[in-house]
Amino acid sequence: MTQRYADLAFDDRMARVDFRVATNAHIVVDTDVCRSCTTKACVHACPANLFVPTDDGGILFNYEQCFECGTCYLVCDGGNAISWSYPDGGQGVVFRHG
Amino acid sequence: MMRDRAGPSGAAVTVEPPATTDFDAIVVGAGPAGSAAALELARAGHSVALLERGPFPGSKNVYGGVVYGRVLDELIPDWFERAPVQRWITRRQTMLLSDERSLTVDFRSQNWGSAPYNGATTYRAEFDSWLADHAQQAGAVLVPSTVVTSLLRTSGGRVVGVRTDREQGDLTARVVIACDGVNSFLAKQAGLYPGEHAEHTTLGVKETLALPKETIDERFGVSGSDGVDIEILGGTGGVPGGGFVYTNHDTLSVGLVLGLPGLAKAGLRPEEILAELKRHPSIRPLVRGAELVEYSAHLIPEGGYRTMPRLVGDGLLVAGDAAAMCLAAGIWLEGVNFALGSGMYAGRAAARALAADDPKRLREYRTLLADSFVLADHRKLRNAPALVLSDRVQQRYPGLVCDLVEGMFTVENPAPKPGLRRLLRRSAKRNGVGLHQLARDALTGLRSFG
Repeated sequence: MTQRYADLAFDDRMARVDFRVATNAHIVVDTDVCRSCTTKACVHACPANLFVPTDDGGILFNYEQCFECGTCYLVCDGGNAISWSYPDGGQGVVFRHG
Repeated sequence: MMRDRAGPSGAAVTVEPPATTDFDAIVVGAGPAGSAAALELARAGHSVALLERGPFPGSKNVYGGVVYGRVLDELIPDWFERAPVQRWITRRQTMLLSDERSLTVDFRSQNWGSAPYNGATTYRAEFDSWLADHAQQAGAVLVPSTVVTSLLRTSGGRVVGVRTDREQGDLTARVVIACDGVNSFLAKQAGLYPGEHAEHTTLGVKETLALPKETIDERFGVSGSDGVDIEILGGTGGVPGGGFVYTNHDTLSVGLVLGLPGLAKAGLRPEEILAELKRHPSIRPLVRGAELVEYSAHLIPEGGYRTMPRLVGDGLLVAGDAAAMCLAAGIWLEGVNFALGSGMYAGRAAARALAADDPKRLREYRTLLADSFVLADHRKLRNAPALVLSDRVQQRYPGLVCDLVEGMFTVENPAPKPGLRRLLRRSAKRNGVGLHQLARDALTGLRSFG
């Protein structure tokens, strides 16, 4: 019998990362486009778990704990529903052990 | 509403040609490519600004294992006495994972544990800052906490500077070097990338896990400042990619590299696939009881030579991840060395063009790259990334190899032992691989790696 590896809760995982939260959102989602999207790849592919589907088929997002990797806009096949850039200079994620 | 800034839809700003420029050169991004470029330019006596969007160099950067130092010999000859190294790699493993089985090729060499050393693990926050310090000491001006939002271009298309997110943030220069990483909005703004490149991009996710140094030494069979790098094929939940485990002084780094199209289709979360890798019987004993100190993620341009952008624009050079100079070819997994090399040659070509006051000489960058390991290795291994990410190599060969080896080592007497040829046929059949296909892939592999 393999003992299951006890993994961290996602919030605890993210609590180990240093974020300097910007006042301005650097992600914008056109949620009308999301309603017609059947794959919603951003929801599971984003390593920071920033995208949450809503009951009406749209997307809620949080920009504060973004790794700034760019996965979301590259996997988005909803006709550029995700506008994405970098947070203002000096803000956002700060890796110490990358 | 999105502000006017760097991003997939950002556009260059058209300006009048400046009469004088703020700097001779502007380098965007203080990673290994940017700092190497700035160092070369400053050494040649040119004024150079090194712009970094993080609060310090390396703060936005993540990598997958080892910095190979040979190119540093040229850039900073006594680097190995001064670089912020975690461990020197003296043991290198390639591991194939299939269900609960694994086959590992394990090589160690104490030759790599003394000068001039082969490769080292390091934290990018420390390594990149160290390298940027060298550029500063040579005279480059580091400007951290600054995002470059657009290129400044003349109506004729010549790049003459950048717009930043600072107040009155336009900076002009005679040449701009884009070392702005895998998403390179600047290379895209300049039209140097032919199209979207999601299919050649992988997502790296990594956990840095704390363990006492003695525990790491014991589990990995090393001592002192010697370290281990394990590269893994399989263990990605069926998503094309791979994994890695490597040792730092008193932490381990454990991660996955996941192809974006496969990840988008899979419906799996990256950290769940990583948790599954850590549960594998070959990995679990290594990471047991370790405490997460940081979770990180970054994209990797894995397509290699065939997916590189144009490297030279009018007044603009592209280096490092921005130029897709990451080599992900199975047994060759390198990136920081290509960033250092391409940045160094970009800086050198820019310095010569500035000295001659001839922007056309920026093209010499391409020649310098072609004459060096940077493009030679990428060209030679141009077919490898596609082979490595192919369905056969990803899904079938790890199982085939584990079946074959399991057959070799399983003792079933009194039933007679099957010969190797029969075992190979059986393993190939079980894993849906035709022997002709196997031979063809072996030939492609030989042509690439041979």
